[in-house]
Amino acid sequence: MNFDINKIRADFPILSRKVNGKPLIYLDNGATTQKPKVVIDAIEDYYTNQNANIHRGVHTLSQEITVAYENARATVQKHLNAEHPHEIIFTKGTSDSINLVASSFGKKYISEGDEIIISAMEHHSNILPWQQVCEEKGAILKVIPINEQGELILSEYKRLLTVKTKIVAITHISNTLGTINPIEEIIALAHVKNIPVLIDGAQAVPHTSVDVQLLSADFYVFSGHKLFGPTGVGILYGKEKWLNELPPYQVGGGVIKTVTFEKTEYADLPLKFEAGTPNIEGAIGLAVAIDYINKIELNKIATYEHNLLVYATEALQKIEGVKIIGTAKNKASVISFVIEGLHPFDIGTILDQLGIAVRTGHHCTQPLMQFYGLQGTVRASFAFYNTQVEIDVFINGIERAIKMLR
Amino acid sequence: MSIEETEQEIIDEFELFDDWMQRYEHLIDLGKSMPLIKDLYKTEDKLIKGCQSSVWMHSELKDGNVFFTADSDAIITKGMVALMIRVLSGHTPEEIMHSKLNFIETIGLTKHLSPTRSNGLLSMIKQMKLDAIAYRSTFEN
Ligand SMILES: Cc1ncc(COP(=O)(O)O)c(C=O)c1O
Repeated sequence: MNFDINKIRADFPILSRKVNGKPLIYLDNGATTQKPKVVIDAIEDYYTNQNANIHRGVHTLSQEITVAYENARATVQKHLNAEHPHEIIFTKGTSDSINLVASSFGKKYISEGDEIIISAMEHHSNILPWQQVCEEKGAILKVIPINEQGELILSEYKRLLTVKTKIVAITHISNTLGTINPIEEIIALAHVKNIPVLIDGAQAVPHTSVDVQLLSADFYVFSGHKLFGPTGVGILYGKEKWLNELPPYQVGGGVIKTVTFEKTEYADLPLKFEAGTPNIEGAIGLAVAIDYINKIELNKIATYEHNLLVYATEALQKIEGVKIIGTAKNKASVISFVIEGLHPFDIGTILDQLGIAVRTGHHCTQPLMQFYGLQGTVRASFAFYNTQVEIDVFINGIERAIKMLR
Repeated sequence: MSIEETEQEIIDEFELFDDWMQRYEHLIDLGKSMPLIKDLYKTEDKLIKGCQSSVWMHSELKDGNVFFTADSDAIITKGMVALMIRVLSGHTPEEIMHSKLNFIETIGLTKHLSPTRSNGLLSMIKQMKLDAIAYRSTFEN
């Protein structure tokens, strides 16, 4: 398919609304992405025509929706090129997926003195669950440092990998810096020592295609809402071997084969990890979102977004006093910056008055902010429905804010 | 001037502006003229949580009236604090505790400022009232 920006923008109803009297310019895609009409329609259709509980009833509606839900799983499986559909677990989102792995993996494999490796650029969602396991088990959190450009220092990583290391959990793309981490190499290095690796793909899936078999990732997690799908649904991919070995995380309806008051025999994958009635419309909406971006094609999306990134970076650098935080060689379409003498919050407030949505603050990466000695940054994160014209308005907005605030 | 009279004065002032730019510019100017907190009071316990930007607030009791000084690293926030100080500073703990502060809504600040900002504003007001309550209880003892 041709990359037709006007047609693409027309697919997203929210892009035609106004904010504070101005056309919305949505540059907060790192926080969440907007939804194409097909996703919104799928959710409406679910409640209008399909609603029933899955895996439960003999009646037609229940059977139909069970098939649709399992088809959604198969769509995710194909998208990630996972070997089996049951390696795809539906969760509430990235945070939920990481909590699941940290809790279940921690219960079984982590003990006192063991080490868990994360990096200095992790989102709090990929810090706190591991921190908690460490506290419970007396294990130690090790952190791969970064350089000034915001790239992982791999020589340090190699040094941290020891016989004590039980798992490595790293973000694929930094939500604050945009850095694309060399996860192939990170995984390969860990696997030499038989250490499993979890990849936080929350910021990666909207921008790049992911092949979990090629990567040999042990766990790969992401959120539906950052991939143009609904909120409240996410994915945990896990290698069959691991998911079979991990104990259940939450328990309840749907996770069992037999229950007596003495003992429960748990269901096979994937149901073992899907306690209770899941977010059915979320799963279905996510599959529709995946089909949608695959129709546009992720490689075209990546090229288009890279051009936006280069265009915006060059324009920003021309503004006096702007400092871009995160200048890795390999970057996704995320730009964090600060402006000398101005508070990110003031800039964000003025931009909002102009209809421009950006994120300000620490972006749930406080340790990273501490590394740069900053309270926060302004972050513009682009999706494939953004345009150069929007970036021009954004740059004008920043110049206007500087004039007002200085 | 009573609290309500100062509120009315601010409402009249903001009515002169017909667009948001001028309102913000005015707010920024007000921020610049705020009674600044002494550096020695800019400590962790004077920091008001709940704002994206940092606000330090200090109060003192003089002749039965509470006086506030403050600072913020964000200039629009500073303008907000300045407005609050202008309205509440120099009044008795009793008056501060019972102030309704309807002017915030009237001048369109709750609407025009983002929820994160409003939360900061609320924390600010809460802190000022808590200080007032603390002073009143010292009278009672
Ligand atoms: C890198 C990264 N990890 C994890 C998360 C958490 O995702 P969610 O809030 O959908 O669980 C985010 C979202 O901001 C993120 O950017």
